[in-house]
Amino acid sequence: MKVLAAMSGGVDSAVAAARAVEAGHEVVGVHLALSRNAGTLRTGSRGCCTIEDSMDAQRAANILGIPYYVWDFSEKFKTDVVDDFIAEYQAGRTPNPCMRCNERIKFAALLEKALALGFDAVCTGHYASLLTDAEGNLELHRSNEMAKDQSYVLGVLTSEQLKHSMFPLGATASKDLIRAEANERGLAVANKPDSYDICFIPEGDTQDWLSEKVGKAPGNIVDREGNVLGGHQGTHEYTVGQRKGLSIGRPAADGKPRYVLEIRPKTKTVVVGPQAALAIAEMIGTKFTWCGVAPAQVSDFVDVLVQVRAHGEAVEAQMAVINNEMVIKVAEPIIGVAPGQTAVVYLGTRVLGQTTIDRTVSAVPVSVAKVLA
Amino acid sequence: MAIYLDHAATTPLRPEALRVLQAHLEIVGNPSSVHQLGQAARRVLEEARESLAATIDCNRSEVIFTSGGTESNNLAIKGLFWQQNSLDSGKRLIVSAYTEHHAVIDAIEWLEREQGAETIWLPVSDAGVVDLVALETLVAERGAEIALITLMWANNETGVLTDIGAVTRIAATSNIAVHSDAVAALGHCEINFSKSGLAAMSLSAHKVGGPVGVGALIVARSAKLTSLTHGGGQERGMRSGTMNSAGAAAFAEAAKQATMGQVALQARLVPLVAKLRAAIEGAATEARFSRGDAPGLLETIHYTFDGCSGDSLLFMLDSAGVAVSTGSACTAGVASASHVLLAMGRSEREATGTLRISLGYTTTEADVEAFIGAFPAAHARAKMAGLAAG
Repeated sequence: MKVLAAMSGGVDSAVAAARAVEAGHEVVGVHLALSRNAGTLRTGSRGCCTIEDSMDAQRAANILGIPYYVWDFSEKFKTDVVDDFIAEYQAGRTPNPCMRCNERIKFAALLEKALALGFDAVCTGHYASLLTDAEGNLELHRSNEMAKDQSYVLGVLTSEQLKHSMFPLGATASKDLIRAEANERGLAVANKPDSYDICFIPEGDTQDWLSEKVGKAPGNIVDREGNVLGGHQGTHEYTVGQRKGLSIGRPAADGKPRYVLEIRPKTKTVVVGPQAALAIAEMIGTKFTWCGVAPAQVSDFVDVLVQVRAHGEAVEAQMAVINNEMVIKVAEPIIGVAPGQTAVVYLGTRVLGQTTIDRTVSAVPVSVAKVLA
Repeated sequence: MAIYLDHAATTPLRPEALRVLQAHLEIVGNPSSVHQLGQAARRVLEEARESLAATIDCNRSEVIFTSGGTESNNLAIKGLFWQQNSLDSGKRLIVSAYTEHHAVIDAIEWLEREQGAETIWLPVSDAGVVDLVALETLVAERGAEIALITLMWANNETGVLTDIGAVTRIAATSNIAVHSDAVAALGHCEINFSKSGLAAMSLSAHKVGGPVGVGALIVARSAKLTSLTHGGGQERGMRSGTMNSAGAAAFAEAAKQATMGQVALQARLVPLVAKLRAAIEGAATEARFSRGDAPGLLETIHYTFDGCSGDSLLFMLDSAGVAVSTGSACTAGVASASHVLLAMGRSEREATGTLRISLGYTTTEADVEAFIGAFPAAHARAKMAGLAAG
């Protein structure tokens, strides 16, 4: 196969490319330039688009003996990922930019360009496994390395995208083994630190970065009854479930800490309350996709596992599609779920599909919350 | 074996230049040393200076050897600006065009940012030709404020030529120093420094088949410029540092060969260029020859393909073993929209859909045939990729 290896300059994508070469594929390395004004060198946390990363990727490609190119996706990345990220925060939601990038850049714009130029597949260093079921259909599964599993951020992939994807790291038991392998292969990136932060926020401080982008928009912090408890400089500085940095002088009646329960950007209001009020019972979204073959029936609730953040745990739930909305009911209430986040639904280790959460149903009715408060 | 059609980026080292380089690299001696070995090295350097001076028709003392085109451009622009500005603080205007190489644009923009210079970027036509009527008006109105004019002899992307004689005639009316970046022009069109009326002219060895890391700034005897580097006072005090006599000798030899062989080479390339252009225009209906009918270098063939991304075209051709360029400057390997094409009034979309095929002294008919064989399929794929991205 003709394989395009997306190379970030990190160890994972370098080893993934190496394995694709070893499997006998005709591999070409491509680094995605995602930033218009790439800094010359890394500062602080690792990004994906510094010149140093591009050079690391090039050195890895040299060692593997494969051609290497840099393709510019900065324009599309800005509109589809960065601007989307800002708009989502401004709308009071909590987006996942890595997911957006997979959905719109790596497995959309890049894949489409690759297919047009004659490639058969795009290979990445994601920790996830592509398996084939009895009928020959592709399924996306969690990687064997649970600690690094990235099937969550790939939950947006459709059946068509899976056909042209390759995740050579999925079956590896641990990241340490990947580093050891990189070392054996003479790849200088073997000991490069992992990236955890959002690549386009250089200092890793999302709130500061957002404030710089969108400016100040002061408003009130209120409790669930509407009593004003304090002020804020912009709703984009808050995420649902946040506890720190609320700067409310007055303590709650029960002396317990307050959490952000809801963000209402239209009225510039941040609603706070007790942790117990964060518990949600249901998540509902209209923007859902199936990863691989769609389930035979979804009009009745089916038992699934649901995961709501990249490094979170999957919990038991039931899922159905009702009136064109994916409805997910968790078996036990969970906290810290915000609109904008993605809920990925699993059947065991298999990714079944995902939805962007439009709204949630609290596990605690307001009347009960009052009692709790 | 790759088909090399990127001579404007760098052209293969000429065998004659390689022989000269090797021979002199094997000899010890600093040209500034007093002993006989030093004198021998000096002789190599000075013979190179005389040879290059003869090739481009200038006085031997006007040749200042440098490390290449970028250093030459920086030395000329900053050196002339500082010199003019120190004599008359009212002279702080630099006149240029945004189709220049980044070694010119960025040097000017640095002077603007850090040294109080002001720049007038002259308008250019959609073929990339600098508007000399605008220059004439500007010189008439603000001539006394102009520290220097810098306009390239031939454009490195599109190959379009500037009428340097006309520029210097206009400048002479207000006694203004003119610099020209002739890096892309040397060996591809007639260069006569003494007749040009220029105060300074930049050259680079590796574009004519000499080694990388050697160049020259030709500085008219009448011109004065402030040095960027301070030290041993070599090269008329304008460029301190131990002279690279072997490199200078190889450069002079390559420049001589390129200039002597220019007419014969172009006679040989005319039919090949015609064939290549016909093939491109036959396969790609949207292909637009970037410099239109404006005079330009025969060997530099630059097209704009609306709706195709240049990096897709380049990738497909490279996969087929044909080495070409998008023509635009790369930052960390990213082919960005060509600033030259943007200055010529093209949209960002058009300015990313470019391809430069540049021929040179090693180009054969088989090379051109290989390109013609690979182009239609490469273009069709790149067009599909462009549609997918759109």
